[in-house]
Formats: sequence, structure tokens, C-alpha cells
Amino acid sequence: MRFLPARRRVLKAALLPPAAAVVPLRFVADAHADSVAKPGQFSYFMPVEFTFVEAAVARLIPNDELGPGAKEAGVATFIDHQLSGPYGRAETWYMQGPWKQGTKEQGYQLKLTPAQLYRTAIADIDDWCSKNGKRAFAETDTNAQDQMLHDLENGRITLARAPAKDFFQMLLQNTVEGFLADPMYGGNRDFIGWKMIGFPGPRYNYVAEIDQYGKHYTMPTIGLLGRDGKRTKES
Amino acid sequence: MNTRTRISIAVGIALVAGSMTIAPTLLARESSHAELARGEYLVKAGDCAACHTNEDGQPFAGGFPVPTPFGTIYSTNITPDPETGIGHWTSDDFYKAMHSGIAPGGRHLYPAFPYPWYTKLSRNDVDAIRAYLATLKPVHQANKPPEMPWPFSDRAVMAGWNALYFKEGTFQSNPQKSAQWNLGAYLVEGLGHCGACHSPKNFAGAPEHDKAYHGGYGENWYATSLASDLRDGLGQWSEQDIVQYLKTGANKRAAAFGAMAEVVHDSTQYLDDDDLHAIAVYLKDLPAKSTTPNANPPVDGTTTERATTTNAAPANVNGDRFARGRGHYLDQCAGCHMDNGEGIAGVFPPLKGNNVVQASDPETVVHIILTGAKTAVTDKNPTGLAMPAFDWKLDNQQVADLVTYLRNAWGNRAGAVDASKVADTRRTIVAARTK
Amino acid sequence: MATRLPHVDVVLVGFGWTASILAQELTDEGLNVLAIERGSFRDTVPDFATTQIQDELRYAVRNELFEEPERETLTFRNSMDQTALPMRHLGSFKPAAGAGGAGVHWNGQNWRFLPTDFVTRSHTEQRYGKNFIPAGMTIQDWGITYDDLEPFYDRFEYLCGISGQAGNVNGEIQAGGNPFEGPRKRGFPLPPLKRSYGTVLFDKAAKEVGYKPFPCPAANTSEAYKNIYGVQMGQCTFCGFCEWFGCGNYSKSSPQTTVFPVLLKKDNFKLRTHASVTKVLLDNTGKRATGVVYVDLQGREYEQPADLVILTAFAQHNVHLMLLSGIGKPYDPVKNEGVVGRNYAYQITSSVDVFLNDVVNPFMGAGALGQAIDEFNGDNFDHGPEKFIGGGYIALWTTGGRPILQHHLPKDAPKWGSGWKKAMKDNYLRTVSLATHGSVMSYRDAYLDLDPTYRDVYGNPLLRLTFDFHDNEHRMSNFLTDKAQGIAKAMKAREIHANPRKGHYTIVPYQTTHNTGGAAMGTDPRTSAVNRYLQSWDVPNVFVVGSCAFPQNAGYNPTGTVGALAYWTAHALRTQYLKKPGPLVSA
Repeated sequence: MRFLPARRRVLKAALLPPAAAVVPLRFVADAHADSVAKPGQFSYFMPVEFTFVEAAVARLIPNDELGPGAKEAGVATFIDHQLSGPYGRAETWYMQGPWKQGTKEQGYQLKLTPAQLYRTAIADIDDWCSKNGKRAFAETDTNAQDQMLHDLENGRITLARAPAKDFFQMLLQNTVEGFLADPMYGGNRDFIGWKMIGFPGPRYNYVAEIDQYGKHYTMPTIGLLGRDGKRTKES
Repeated sequence: MNTRTRISIAVGIALVAGSMTIAPTLLARESSHAELARGEYLVKAGDCAACHTNEDGQPFAGGFPVPTPFGTIYSTNITPDPETGIGHWTSDDFYKAMHSGIAPGGRHLYPAFPYPWYTKLSRNDVDAIRAYLATLKPVHQANKPPEMPWPFSDRAVMAGWNALYFKEGTFQSNPQKSAQWNLGAYLVEGLGHCGACHSPKNFAGAPEHDKAYHGGYGENWYATSLASDLRDGLGQWSEQDIVQYLKTGANKRAAAFGAMAEVVHDSTQYLDDDDLHAIAVYLKDLPAKSTTPNANPPVDGTTTERATTTNAAPANVNGDRFARGRGHYLDQCAGCHMDNGEGIAGVFPPLKGNNVVQASDPETVVHIILTGAKTAVTDKNPTGLAMPAFDWKLDNQQVADLVTYLRNAWGNRAGAVDASKVADTRRTIVAARTK
Repeated sequence: MATRLPHVDVVLVGFGWTASILAQELTDEGLNVLAIERGSFRDTVPDFATTQIQDELRYAVRNELFEEPERETLTFRNSMDQTALPMRHLGSFKPAAGAGGAGVHWNGQNWRFLPTDFVTRSHTEQRYGKNFIPAGMTIQDWGITYDDLEPFYDRFEYLCGISGQAGNVNGEIQAGGNPFEGPRKRGFPLPPLKRSYGTVLFDKAAKEVGYKPFPCPAANTSEAYKNIYGVQMGQCTFCGFCEWFGCGNYSKSSPQTTVFPVLLKKDNFKLRTHASVTKVLLDNTGKRATGVVYVDLQGREYEQPADLVILTAFAQHNVHLMLLSGIGKPYDPVKNEGVVGRNYAYQITSSVDVFLNDVVNPFMGAGALGQAIDEFNGDNFDHGPEKFIGGGYIALWTTGGRPILQHHLPKDAPKWGSGWKKAMKDNYLRTVSLATHGSVMSYRDAYLDLDPTYRDVYGNPLLRLTFDFHDNEHRMSNFLTDKAQGIAKAMKAREIHANPRKGHYTIVPYQTTHNTGGAAMGTDPRTSAVNRYLQSWDVPNVFVVGSCAFPQNAGYNPTGTVGALAYWTAHALRTQYLKKPGPLVSA
């Protein structure tokens, strides 16, 4: 089935006076000037979903004294692209029933594709915030965001439909992927992730360096699309 | 393919050398088996299948499009089918086509069929070729007319072309040279028709004889010079290097790819060692095209000694371009060709000291970078090692900088290459693909 | 209604290592051979080209080169009292799909098993007594010996161009090699790879502790190589993208880089891709196969007649096809009868992460660039006091430093936030990891059968895996992990973090694709599905080749033994079966 949480949420939020004050913020682009939603900007996310994911990844890998984090690296865009593709649709997964809850050794047994899990969980989290009189995730302060993420991680928050722990694990995994995958996928912008850890990118020949024990490798970072990581224009 | 019959040319040459004329009647007709085997060998040496067998087509049934600057010609059916092939041709008909470029009925052939070279063949060898072709399975497949605009569509034009550029005549041996040299000359100038690609052509598509084997351009490939210049030529190649290259598709200095990989695969790998040595002797005797061939001697690409100039741009190359090109090289190419440009012996060819890389016209190296390439597949080297295409990955300026680097790194020396040159090549390759 | 196709002499189901070898050898006999492959055709260029293959997300994380559970998977449970549920996406193991099979994406860790590994039961009984084998453990001898297989190990190694240092040539121990290996007739075709910093540190530490470390045999070429078929290979450049990737510069042995160039040229070989074999057809006696049925991508069904059917798919798929086709009696763990599905085994792995002060540049590596000790493998040590059977090697592999999946963090590092970032920054360049690679014995309650509920896209029941680690394996693995920690401590580490294998076997995190058994080879038709030549006892014109033939799993990566078995079977076919088709061993 297809979920339409954004529209549902708008209606629902409008009916809830205590939360109404925060509703416009969620849809006013200039609250987050660098993540303005333009028509067609996202492959999968609704603007409100993108805002949630961008806020969440900014806590999972924050911008701090060690350098820029997941938000600056474009991880939310990366996740948006991933969810709109075969991964988001669980295209290669076995998705036939019957559906049963298994042991943890039996692995993922949710009927939700990754894209559906995001959509469901984000809507559920917003609902949970509304119901508990809290500001929406993206609008609250970083301490509260960290606390909420910890609570999702440990299953201390029970969401209406999506299993919180499963969603958190998927979000964290995708965030690390987006921070450390080749920049051509939209994340790891300007090699933020690779430069932080010291991975020089896809280089094919270390014959001269492999026995230079203990020495830092000095060649510039590259991506599959070159040293700027971006697809170059045909000249 | 193991029963290789030695070409009878050696015998023929011996006779020629003595009498100075080809006297077919002196060569008594051998048993038909020997003649057929010789004919099969000659058909391979002449690489007839390259044009006369279309991709996925029946052997020798023609239909292969041969692009020329004047339009597209389709190769013809040379199976013995009486209606659509050459089954009804007499032996004299066939000889006239091979020797004079004139088909039965007086129809002039276009020199995409290399009669300007095949004219050198002895009658005996031509008869052996015909005898072999007569044993092929007849294929009923009508020939496609050439797609050429007037005036080229008028075959009578060819009479004029022939008058200007075609020198009919059987191979005349040079008594000043050895029998081996003469055999090599007969193969290179005749059946091998090496000059069809490796010699520059004039505006009419005729080889420029005064620049024979100085390198030729065609279909986005630059067939490298076979002259004895050290950088842009075979000057550094030994006879054995040439033999090994033609036999196996690769040697320590180079690997065949593109059109030459097909030539090695279809033709030269089947040649007898004596014939290959003769070719090598003849090629090694070609003069240099440069008047100062020994100035600025190159590094030998096959030594493991590192050139001292590895990282420095020579005076004729912009330092920034050289540095950018070096970056592209290390990022994109070094996984196979190695940091030092020496490749992996027997597998990936060295670019250091490579004559194709240093060719006067960089077309081939640009082409390979854009489209990738595959080495010749032979009995000795069955692998067909492939290089991937970079057209989607590098833009024209990047390719130009990279090629400029290749042509001047590790002691190499050749002119810088502009992005506009790469753009031209890219455009024509794309045009050829989409045609 | 299936379309009936023209007859061929031999049909091979799956086109990986074993099929490539068998096709090459049987076409040399003049037979018409057809390989049917469920995946697509792939070759070095363009599929694994240097221009695009180093893409961790696409290949290692999103599993581009592997089978798609959407089309076929298995169900899993730890024990018989549970309900098995489907493995919905790949986890614990990753079977390949496509031409070249797992030979495309393996690391290239190419071992021989020990002589005692082929006689596990008789050797254990002889050395430790019958009572040493715990109840429910169903280990058995292979029906062949190391000496039988030695020439075929050799042939596979010279096919691949293995880089390594021999440890035992004709009984003479060689300095620097593995002194515990079975005697080999000659050394490796290529010298060992250059050493990475990690392997040098391991080598030193292991020697200090008193072990005899050696370079692991690698299907990554240390030099250019021309193999037994004349196929040329390049030289490994330590790009660090072996496992889960194809090799872009012809330096990792795969069917593509060792067999395809000669095989695919042959007129008597044909390959059909995107074709999934769903059944082996038997005649009305049930004792003779007449061909196979396969389904193409559009769901059209074809019947391919053949004189000889050789199952050369991944271990579990071979077993699945036997069960779907009624070849051999299905195993029943309750009655302890039947053979097909019996003696499934796996491997048990653990690791010890070592955090150093020095930069080790983990991204420079090769899939089989490692240094190992073999003191605790097989029966290389006295098991008496340890009260378990089996063992494994301890190695420090430097396979690469792909950032998403190949980073190691200290025990107390946070999973996210600034603390995670700092831990990543501090440790990525300065971590090595020791691996233990342990055997798993076979048990009465570890087996494969058909699932009663779940079906694949072809409408057939999924295979059902019932498996858990047993006490014997946990004790063995803990033993190895302790020994690995001993070496790690000698490496002058800043911190050591052991990751022992605890608790139940789980289908989720990747462990290893060394699944074995289910169609065990042996001498007794009551306990083995195939004879010593991998020929079905019940349907003699069906051969079943792969690690499904292992009666239990040894402590080494299986590919070397799988390749040797393929040559062993090819030899039996060429020298015996083709001369006189029929059972090669009387039941």
C-alpha cells in the first residue's frame, strides 16, 4: 500500500491547537535556508521528510570541531536518491508472505520496503511528538534530538506502526553509507567523509607504496568521477 | 590450424630472383591438395576475410561496409555461387580482377579492394587463391551496390584514377637485395597490402608513394609509421620484435589493438616464421622519414631503468598541462600501465618509448582512450586483454592533457595535443557509431 | 508446455568455477557442452572495468553481483522446533549470480585442506577414540584422500596462478612456508605477494609467540602469469577491491581471467544466460536423467535434453535441485535416514581488532594478502585436553580498507555522534584485524530440506536451512580467539578488541559464504548422496560438484578444494565414465 503521511499530517496538525504554532515552520522553507525544497528537488522524499532526515543525520554525524558532518556531506540527498531506487523499493528482496515476526537470528521480517519504512516511521515520529506535546524533531534543539534518537535506538519510544529500532538501524546504516560512499551518489560531498578518515578514494595502484610502512599516503583524494568527485561536463 | 603450409612465394622469389620475371608456366602445377593449402594460406596472408566476411555473415559472402572518404562500398560475395558470387568467373577473369582491378564485363573495381597491391602477385599465387575460394561453400547472397555520390558512383572515373595512381605490374625483385628481403617486399607490397593503412593518402585516396609507410589515417585510427625513426616508427624494434608482434599480437614494446588486432587475428598469426622474418627484414630496411632520425634519442621503453626526466615537463609542453595530465594518468591509467609507464611485460603494453604514443598524429592514442580497446586474440595469446572506454569519464581537455603527458613523460617526446583535436575525434567516433 | 530444445551431450547447471573447469575439460574430449546460467554474462571489460568497479556502495553494500532473494532464497531456523522464515535480503552469506559465479567476487584465498581433513572420522577415532566424537555429530570420511586430490589441487593452482610459499614439497619442509600443509609435488606457480605493514607486524608477533607464520596462498598474482591454457594474467596492484568486486586488471583468478578466453571460443561450447534451471528430468525408471528444465527471464519454460547432467551451481542450489528433482533420498533427521540435505555445515569465524599507533594504510591490500599460522588448524595439535574436534587458521588479512564496511572501532566507541566521528578519524588508518577461520562439524540436526510454506518465483518450495552452532564449535572458536589475542598482544597495540562468536548462528550479519554439505560424498550410499567421483548413487548420469560434497567443513576457505574436486571429477569423466557410462562405484 502507499502511504500519504504528509497530507494526512497537515490535516491532523491543523486540528491540534497546541502544535499548530509549529506547523508552519515545518513547511516554511527559509527556516532552513540551505535545504530549501524546490519542486522536483527530491526523488522520493516529501519536503517534510527531507527536513526530518537532514536534521537526524546532522546529529548522527554532526558538524563539530573535527569538521563538517553528514548534513554538510549531502547525506540526506544521498538517502533520498537511494530510497527512490531499487534499494528503496526492496527490489531484490524476497517480499512474499506469509509475514511473521521471527527471532532476531532470522533477520528482517517487515513487510515494509526501506522507502516505506522511512515514510511510515517519520510520520509516526511526528505523530508521537504531537501526541506528547513536543516540537517536531527538526525544530527541537540538538540535545532533545539526540535524546530522541537514543530513545529510538533503544526502543524506548514505541511508534504507532514502524518498529523504532529497525528504523533507527536503517537510518544509521544509510547515514554511514552516505557519508562514506563515492560522492557520485550525492553524499560524501567534497569527500568530507573520506578526507576525515584518510581514505584516498578509488585508486588502483599501490605497488610502490604498499611497503612504505608507516608512511601516510599523499596522493589527492579522488572519486570515480575524478578529483572533484563530480561528473564533468562534455566539452 | 596447425597444418600451416609454407607459402610458395619463397620458391617463386627464388625463381624470380634468377630470371627477373615471373614465369607462371615454370611453376608446374602442384597437386591440387598442395595448391589448395597454399591458396588457403594466401587468403589468410591477404586477410581477405577481413572485408569479405561480414560480422555474423557467411564466410566470404561479402556485404561488409567499407567506409571511404567518397562513400560506403560493400564488399562482394567471393564464394563460388554462380549467380551472386564468382562461381562463373574464369581463372583469367579472377586474375584480371586481382591484377588490374577490372571485373568481368570491364567493370572497374574501386581500390577499397586492394588491387593496387594485389597486382604484384604472381599468376601462380592468384590461381592458388582462386582454387581455394572455389572450394568454399557457395552462398547465395546478392551484392549491395556502393553508396557513393556522383561522380564517384560512375565507375568510369576509376579509369582516370588508375591512369593517375595505379601502377599495374607483377612484383619485380631487387637484385641488390637478398632473397629474404625480396620475399618480405613481395608480402608487404603485395598480399599484405600494409601500405593501404600505413601509408599516407592523397586527396584522391591514393597512397603517396614518396611517403610510403610514413603512417596513414583512416576511420579514426592512425596507422603508425613503419619507417625506421626511433620514436615514431619501428627504429627501436628488432626483427624478432616484429615477428613476435605479427605472430602473437604483442611484444615487449607494444600490443596490437583496433584494426591491427584484427589483422593479427585474421591474418599474420597464421604466417610462417620464415615469411614473418622476411617481412621484418624488409620493414627494418625502410628509411627513416625524419631527416635527423637520431637526434634526441629516446629512452628504450623496455628497460627497467627509470628515466631521469620522468616528472619534468619538457620545454615544449606547458608545465601545468603536464602536471594535470600526470594526475589523470596516475588516477586513471596506472592500475594497468603502472606509475612508470612501463606496463606489465607480456600483458599491458608499455607507454614509455611506445611508437604509437609518440606518433606524429595522436589520433590512435586519443581514440583508444575514448573507446577502449582489446588486444589481438591469437593462438599464442588467446586472452584478448581489454582496456575500458574513458569517453564517459574524461572530458576533452582532460584527454588532451593526458595524451600530452603520455607523449612527453618518461623520456617520450611528441607534440602537445589540443582539446579541439580530441573533440574532433570524439565527434567522428560518435558519428560512426550512430550511422 | 516446455519448448523442447536440441539435444546436447552435457548440460552444466550454473557457470562458475566448477562449470568452467568441467566445460573446458569435457569440450577437449569433443563433447558438446552447454552451460545454463541464471545470471548474466560478465567480463573484465566492461563489467569489472577499472573505470568503475571500485564502488563499495554498489557492489559490497547493495550486492550487485549476487543472487537476488526476490527470485530465489532460502528459509532459515536455528532448530527443528522453530518455524523457518525467509532470508529476505542477503546477510550471513552471499551466493553469486552470473557468469563466473563466486569466482568473480571472491577474495582469492586459495587453500588446500589437510590430509587429515579427508579422514576426519577415522582419524579422530584412531587418535582420540570413538567416544571423543559427541553424540549427534555426524562427521565422516570423504572417500578420497589428500594424495588422490594432490594432482588436482596442483592443476587448479596452476590454472589460477597462485602466489605463495610452499611449506612441504614431497615431504621436505620449506623455510617460510606452512610446515603443516600436506606434501605438494612442487611449489606455487608464483612467489608470494609483497607484504603489507599489517602482515609484517603479524609475522613478527607470531614468531615472538613461537609460531611459524607464512604468507597465505593467494589467487592474486604477484607477477604476470600465463596459465595452463595459455591465458594471460596481469599483476595485482593492491587496489583493495577484491571481495564483492570483479577484478579490473586481470590479476585475480576467476573463470573470466583463467578459462573463458579459451573456452568461449570453442564451437562445441555454448552458454545460455538468464536461464534458471528448475528441475532435472528423469526417465520413468527414475535412474536416468534425460535433461533439465529451465525458465527464461520472461517465464518461458524450456526442456534441454542431455546425456549427462552436471550440477555446478552454488552448494545449496545443487541440493535444492536434487530435492526438487527427486534425485537421491531426502534426508530425514527424525528417522536419521536419507542423504540429500544431510550434513550441512558452515564455518565459524571470529576476529581480534588491533588498534595501533602507526599508520597502516588499510586501503592498500589484496583479497588474499595475508599472513597466517596453522598451528591450530585441523588436527595439527593435540585435541585431547581441549575436548573439541576441528580447528582453523589465524590470519591477518589486509584485504582492503573500504570505508563503509571495513572500518573497525574500539570497544567503547559510540555508534554515532561526535564520539563516533572521533573514533573513525583516530582509528581508520591505524587498525588491523586478526581473523580466525574455524571448521564446523556436521550434525544430525543441521540439514537442508524443502520448506513447507514459502515458494520461489518459479513456484517451487524454497530450500529450508536448519542450523545452529554447537558447543563443539563455540569451544573451538573461543580457543582460536584466545590464541589470536595472544598474537595481538605481541603486536604492541594501543588497544585490542576481541569479537568472539557468541550465541546462536544468525542469518543477519555477513560471516562467510563457505556453506557446505547437503550432497556429501562418501563410500556408503546410506550416508552419502554422491560417490567418491561426485556421481549420484541413484542417477549415475548426474554428477554434483561443489562444496555440497564436503561431509563436514574444514578450517580453510573451500575454493581450492572445490576447484580440485572439479578437476578430479573431470578426470574421472574423461578417463572412466565416457569410456563406459554407468556407475563408477558399485553401490
